[in-house]
Amino acid sequence: MMNKIYENKGLQLFFGFLTGIAFGFLLQKGGTTKYDVILGQLRLQDFTVLKIMLAAVIVTMMGVSLLYPKGLIKLHIKPGSVKNSIIGGLIFGIGFATLGYCPGTLAGAVGNGYVDGLLGGVVGIIIGSGLFASMYSVLKRNNILSEDGYSEKSLFDEMDGRSFRYTIPFAVILAVIMLLLEFFGL
Amino acid sequence: MNVFTMVKWSPYVVGALIGVLNIIALLISDKVIGTSTSYARASGMIRKIFDKEYVEKNEFYLKTAPEVDWAFMLVIGIVFGSFISAKLSGDFGIVTVPPMWANEISEGFFLRFVVAMFGGVIIAIGSRWSGGCTSGHGISGTGQLSVLSWIAVCAFFIGGIVTALLIYGI
Repeated sequence: MMNKIYENKGLQLFFGFLTGIAFGFLLQKGGTTKYDVILGQLRLQDFTVLKIMLAAVIVTMMGVSLLYPKGLIKLHIKPGSVKNSIIGGLIFGIGFATLGYCPGTLAGAVGNGYVDGLLGGVVGIIIGSGLFASMYSVLKRNNILSEDGYSEKSLFDEMDGRSFRYTIPFAVILAVIMLLLEFFGL
Repeated sequence: MNVFTMVKWSPYVVGALIGVLNIIALLISDKVIGTSTSYARASGMIRKIFDKEYVEKNEFYLKTAPEVDWAFMLVIGIVFGSFISAKLSGDFGIVTVPPMWANEISEGFFLRFVVAMFGGVIIAIGSRWSGGCTSGHGISGTGQLSVLSWIAVCAFFIGGIVTALLIYGI
């Protein structure tokens, strides 16, 4: 039954739009659609972004722990390599701090009224993506974007279906980080 | 007080609800939240207007087709969702230069505009190079315990923190 829903293209576009509305609503209520909140995090002055991410990761991980071993959901793990996650990630970080939004919160910033996000950020991201598309075949030909053994690898596939045995202790560690953030008043 | 008219919710509540949203998306759409690829698709759509043949033969656009998909609608939805939230709480306002930048760097729009555009170009290249962004790797990938996503998100913050400290000083 679900496959029929997944394959209904028009319905899925609508679901994508609804999911986006909910996501954008939450990002704005969290304050992450604002440059000052993002830069506050990167300057280690305001830990809102980290708190949101930790809570989101715990809940996503618990949901996956429950549903994935039962075969009710599929995982979507990105291909790549350790090397490119580090190189690309560091490049991303430089852009993250200079732009002051990430791709998701940028769309939220536009909805929140940030003109620098719309005229600078959105235009810049589209240009940057176009530049990467133009470089892509050269990067590919020189094996710069090659994949390694960690490509598309999830630790959920190493757990023999007993996910909670590993994810509950891990969630506790993440929750302790939250408690420490609160304890130190960050 | 109505929760929807509040300017700010607890970050833990927001984060937990984003997690729930991720699980709902997996269940009803077989998708996880991720946003950066949509900008890449948009770049292809725009380039197609000027050089259709190039886009149709480009290896990247063959893999990342310039078409409207679930995640593209997600990004459009984010703009509306944020707008609705901001309007309900009275937090919507046209801001040309963010307050922190205006107070500590410069009040002029041109400099902020140029730096934001530069940042946009760089973040796009970083997203495509690492395969995702703060939502795709940072929330969805980490929650699915993707090894590469955990590495990428650490790199996002190391690069971001160092750059922020270079821009604003320690």
